[in-house]
Amino acid sequence: MTEKKEQLSHILERHRGERNGLIPVLLEIQKEFGYLPKEAMLKVAECLGMKPVEVWGVATFFNHFRLTPLGKNHVKVCMGTACHLAGGRLVLEALQRELNLKVGETSSDGEFSLERVACIGCCMLAPVAVIKDKIYPKMSPFKVEESLIPYHQKEPAPPEKDC
Amino acid sequence: MIFQEIKNRATSQREFLEGKTHILVGTATCGRAAGALDVIEAFKNELSRRDLEAPVIEVGCIGLCYAEPLVIISKPESLHVVYHNITPELVTRLVEGYILGDDPCLELALGTFETDERGAPYIPELSRFEHELRLIFRRCGYINPENIYDYIANGGFSALEKALRMSPEQIIEEIKKSGLRGRGGAGFYAGVKWEGCRQAPGKTKYVICNADEGDPGAFMDRVILESDPQEVIEGMIIAGYAIGAQQGYIYVRAEYPLAIERIRNALRQAEEIGILGDNILGSGFCFHIGITEGAGAFVSGEATALVAAMEGKRSEPRVRPPRLTESGLWGCPTLLNNVKTFAYVPFIIGNGKERFVSIGTEHSKGTAVFTLAGKIQYPGLTEVPMGTTLRKVVFDIAGGMRNEKKFKAVQIGGPSGGCLPENLLDLPIDFDSLHEAGSMMGSGGMIFMDEGDCAVDTARFFLDFTTKESCGKCTMCRMGTLQLLSILDDITTGKAKLEDLDLLQRLSEDIKMGSLCGLGRSAPNPVLTTLRYFGEEYRAHILEKRCPALVCKDLTAYYILPEKCDRACEHCILVCPTEAIKGGKGEIKVINQEKCSKCGTCLEVCPHEYNAVVKISPISKLPSSPINQDIPAQGGK
Repeated sequence: MTEKKEQLSHILERHRGERNGLIPVLLEIQKEFGYLPKEAMLKVAECLGMKPVEVWGVATFFNHFRLTPLGKNHVKVCMGTACHLAGGRLVLEALQRELNLKVGETSSDGEFSLERVACIGCCMLAPVAVIKDKIYPKMSPFKVEESLIPYHQKEPAPPEKDC
Repeated sequence: MIFQEIKNRATSQREFLEGKTHILVGTATCGRAAGALDVIEAFKNELSRRDLEAPVIEVGCIGLCYAEPLVIISKPESLHVVYHNITPELVTRLVEGYILGDDPCLELALGTFETDERGAPYIPELSRFEHELRLIFRRCGYINPENIYDYIANGGFSALEKALRMSPEQIIEEIKKSGLRGRGGAGFYAGVKWEGCRQAPGKTKYVICNADEGDPGAFMDRVILESDPQEVIEGMIIAGYAIGAQQGYIYVRAEYPLAIERIRNALRQAEEIGILGDNILGSGFCFHIGITEGAGAFVSGEATALVAAMEGKRSEPRVRPPRLTESGLWGCPTLLNNVKTFAYVPFIIGNGKERFVSIGTEHSKGTAVFTLAGKIQYPGLTEVPMGTTLRKVVFDIAGGMRNEKKFKAVQIGGPSGGCLPENLLDLPIDFDSLHEAGSMMGSGGMIFMDEGDCAVDTARFFLDFTTKESCGKCTMCRMGTLQLLSILDDITTGKAKLEDLDLLQRLSEDIKMGSLCGLGRSAPNPVLTTLRYFGEEYRAHILEKRCPALVCKDLTAYYILPEKCDRACEHCILVCPTEAIKGGKGEIKVINQEKCSKCGTCLEVCPHEYNAVVKISPISKLPSSPINQDIPAQGGK
């Protein structure tokens, strides 16, 4: 925890007072924490001399920023045009059903999170899902259950980490 | 170092490499997704196991996405062979056959760069390459994007060296006379923009490269940046010199990590050899380039919105004038062009405007770059002269439609573009012809649809995207697109009335008029073009509650043809997630429509020899519950 706090103050120190550094700061924080914790955003506002609402406004404007932590196995479903035509929506629905999650949610045990993304640029492999950074090409509702199997095995819970 | 010395060094490096057998592997994002990094690993292991020495070099993307992972083996005094769909398992065969031995393994080859009597296709004569003309993609996939000398050995930075000996006015004149139009979508004349920026008062000026490629289905900017980043950098430096700027920025999506890494590396190398930074090539001209990562917002592709994001604000467009060339980043005159626009600059300056002007149509000079995706044989990327017909792109370059299906439409330019039907296949594509047809060049993303794709559903898909991406500043865009979407929802679920079509039309026109930026002004294009070219399909949805393409879920039902069901097979029952299929062993299977979630899994798993599961629309045409469990089984297989 203290290590994370230190990281945050390092990031902020590098950008102190640079209002135009807001997006790079938020990107760095997200890289570090996996999402944008509220406390971190408040600190950012203070450091850059902005109102918290301005930081919130930017953080909620861009698709890349997340306000909740991701699951250990983050699942992304491509909803680009090629994937849509190839049945991406059916894949998304199957994942929602299998994981019992809605888009943007993280499971209560922190194992899975589900997100729809606009295009990951692999149109020739459509429809595509990405599970924990591994690309699953030419998906179908039928393949969903199988592709999730390796991720369902629970490992012993890691020591609790927070920010 | 003077340029000639740098060039000599590059040439000798290149000659050294060409003197020995070497292996090129395409490792742009598309190649990586297909497993290129595993192929490299396999090559390295195989070579070291046999104690062979042959450099394995990562190159960018050649544009043949369907053929990835793509490997080129170059052997001095022998064939240069391009291999497609290479897996780690095939690597042993290649190393044994062609690196160690003399068998070029032509059965795995896409073609060769030399004519060969053994009958392997000659690459330049492949249908795709015959119709293509590569100006800005000519090096992609052949040079190592992480080695600046590779770029220089292939003619790189010669245009910059030439430009530095010209006056800024001469360069602007050259760009103006070349007729180069901005490749970001709107097609504004680049030379005019450059001139405006040069003449704008102010000491500090900026050059911004827009690499915030947000259209779902377009990826050419990413490919250039991953395959030949130096080309864009060279264009930016020349632009900086021409307008009198000393600082440039590349605004690139954070979703493109590999592109960012390769640009960063290219910038560092350029600085190291004195091509970027202070006193470039001894000319006294100073120019620096930084990278700004975008955080993903489609509207950021709009110039003023992009500048707002760079200033750390919400990415909302503002009213113009003042133009960015007068008051842009931090209030300074700013030249903002797309990745491809900058990439053309070295070609135009290096070869002279005449060569560029000789290509293309009257008002659209040069080439056009398209990404090809959807239901075609050969998805990928292509560069063709402006004025090439859609038919050539679909059938000669993209190989026609997959699975012998019929071409239905092509969506050009993503959510801002339009959907063009078959009778426009002979349309020569350029900025103006597309505009007249109700579409636009936009990003240049082309998505091909076949008879199994629904025009209404596609329009709905794009609207869904634009409503999510609207920044919310203009009411007509924020609320209007939402209203359009809700009408389209009604149509695709069978709740709409015929009058709604007029409403769609009127509202679309109002949104175009009442929105400030390109996003809002072009958002109704998919609706307007599908209404114009596929009006029948809209009417079928409304009047007959029928989706002709069998896509819209609420108007379609799954049905098992009793005469085709095998009875003994239970594939569908086992996979149905809602337990909607009834029928025991030896019985005909029947779908309980009330329980069915229309996920399509039964259709997917029903063995091809039966093909018993079909889709039916309208739902009223569903045969009334036929044979059931009561009927005794009449024997299985």
